[in-house]
Amino acid sequence: MTTARTKQPGTQSAAVPLTTRPSLLASAGVRKLGLTVLGWSVACVIFFPIFWMVLTGFKTEAAAIADPSLIFSPTLESYQEVHDRTGYASFAINSVVVAFGSTLLALLIAIPSAYSMAFLPTRRTKGTLLWMLSTKMLPPVGVLMPIYLIFRDVGLLDTRTGLIIVYTLMNLPIVVWMLYTFFKDMPKDILEAGRMDGASTLQEVLFLLMPLTLPGIASTGLLSVILSWNEAFWSLNLTSSNAAPLTAYIASFSSPEGLFWAKLSAASTMAIAPILVLGWMTQKQMVRGLTFGAVK
Amino acid sequence: MSTLQLKQITKSFGETDVIRGVDLEVNDREFVVFVGPSGCGKSTLMRMIAGLESATSGDIVIDGQRMNDVGPADRGLAMVFQSYALYPHMTVEDNMGFSMRLAKVPKEQRRQKVLEAARILQLEPLLDRKPKALSGGQRQRVAIGRAIVRNPSIFLFDEPLSNLDAALRVQMRIELARLHEALDATMIYVTHDQIEAMTMADKIVVLHDGEVEQVGSPMELYHHPRNRFVAGFIGSPKMNFLEVGLERADDEGVGIRLPGGGTCSVPADGSELSADSALELGIRPEHLLLDDQGPLEGEIQVLERLGGQTSLYVQMGESMVTIMADGDVAHRVHETVRFGFEPGRAHLFDARGLALPSLEQHPLAGLTRRDNRVASDADSQ
Repeated sequence: MTTARTKQPGTQSAAVPLTTRPSLLASAGVRKLGLTVLGWSVACVIFFPIFWMVLTGFKTEAAAIADPSLIFSPTLESYQEVHDRTGYASFAINSVVVAFGSTLLALLIAIPSAYSMAFLPTRRTKGTLLWMLSTKMLPPVGVLMPIYLIFRDVGLLDTRTGLIIVYTLMNLPIVVWMLYTFFKDMPKDILEAGRMDGASTLQEVLFLLMPLTLPGIASTGLLSVILSWNEAFWSLNLTSSNAAPLTAYIASFSSPEGLFWAKLSAASTMAIAPILVLGWMTQKQMVRGLTFGAVK
Repeated sequence: MSTLQLKQITKSFGETDVIRGVDLEVNDREFVVFVGPSGCGKSTLMRMIAGLESATSGDIVIDGQRMNDVGPADRGLAMVFQSYALYPHMTVEDNMGFSMRLAKVPKEQRRQKVLEAARILQLEPLLDRKPKALSGGQRQRVAIGRAIVRNPSIFLFDEPLSNLDAALRVQMRIELARLHEALDATMIYVTHDQIEAMTMADKIVVLHDGEVEQVGSPMELYHHPRNRFVAGFIGSPKMNFLEVGLERADDEGVGIRLPGGGTCSVPADGSELSADSALELGIRPEHLLLDDQGPLEGEIQVLERLGGQTSLYVQMGESMVTIMADGDVAHRVHETVRFGFEPGRAHLFDARGLALPSLEQHPLAGLTRRDNRVASDADSQ
């Protein structure tokens, strides 16, 4: 196949100086090879810690702190111990409730906001969007004290509701921003046709806008779930036992008695497993959503 | 009965005035075409009628009721969009039935209406398809079908044919004219294509810079353009304009001095003219006649042979004149030709670009498309 393709131009244009073509082909080949190597290297560097963590989870505590080695006899000892000692399930349930709850709430608020910004823009829309994004640049620790005090006073400390509220607010700028870009790509005519057909604004959103931007909404939701799942700062500061999600669970393994690498790794693996599976199952959707505007 | 009146409609986007005081009367069952160059405000005007855009001032009256504050769906209108704007995730049937679904019409009744519209538009075999599996012409018909099922008092078409290729456009033009006859509804149609306007309209509204330049039947606009803009816009190829001198103006018409020294008398009302008035002569290419005794002379620059007709582009001093001549003319490029015209076919424009009123009314000026068709029972009633 490749030989046939490379031969053809050569035979067709014998008069053209032959030197230019092979060198061009060669340089394109080198470029491709270089990019491939670079891509794999970056992927390996990113993946290695996760790989090492999973591996460590299957080691004994002694093997884990010994010289790093790929050869060891795998054991489920750490998993067993982690499972016995702590209630993984309750942390996991908290994570699921908080991540999905905050995502649903964020979408519920963001869809109408993004609709109005995309289809009924004012002079200040662009500025509002930028301002919203700028709030993400504020270090969260800067507002920890007031939020902690407010939560204490209204009784939201160590509650799932409290965490859902914080995560919703945390992700809202990104969710609105992403939905805004997806909605902007939607042809306005279709919504106007809907309005001519008698659709109310709510019906427009439910029957036309949402079905047509579903890939975008899905990838936005997914991103929000992942961000909420991985969030550690607020969960560590605002929860203790009742509402603590998996991030707090992992942190509990760094105890005053010292670090237990194998158990910590086992717990971490269990903490990231659900979201890893979810991300893996939806990666096509995810990539499509994140590159929606760019490659259309 | 479906009528529409626009009373002193204006529209401004911030500082820019897009529509500057439009008055218009659309009669029942009339096919009205808004035509004008891009940016003239024709689409905005239609969107205001549809209710997708609000009027800055003025009244929109449908069937005698002021509709300015009524939502688009409650004005009893249906609109066909330039991009078709079909719902991509719905089948043809669902697309056409969407308005009824929103209105909570029972499923059986919905299906019946959709089938009826599909029959008129020959869409029956396509009802289960999604829009992306349809050709441009079929999508267009679905968009029209979606309008038909709403049973509107007025149909609005926003440049519906501009996304189709030339052959299909001609075909759809004929289908639309037929549809107008079959539905006997009031239709308003926006286009920048003066051929679409001429062929389909009962009444043409020529818009320019947000103002109505002229309203009239196609033949009226062609034979009696009110000003230089309408004269240049209606008709293809474009009308020729020549600066001429004024000799005299009396009851019999206006005597003019042509470039090259000839004179002629055009039957127009020159009572408003003064001796030093600047005048422009307008003659359509198809009204210029090759004639060895003709008063005008020029050198052929380009010859376009279309078979049945030949366009000659003739240099006359500073200006270029287009002549539509017979397909078999034997002239060659760079030859000098003489040509003339029938004075009754000529138009005169004053310094402001306004046409001098013609002393003779063209016999077909009052003709509408309705008159072109064979009288049916519906017409005689």
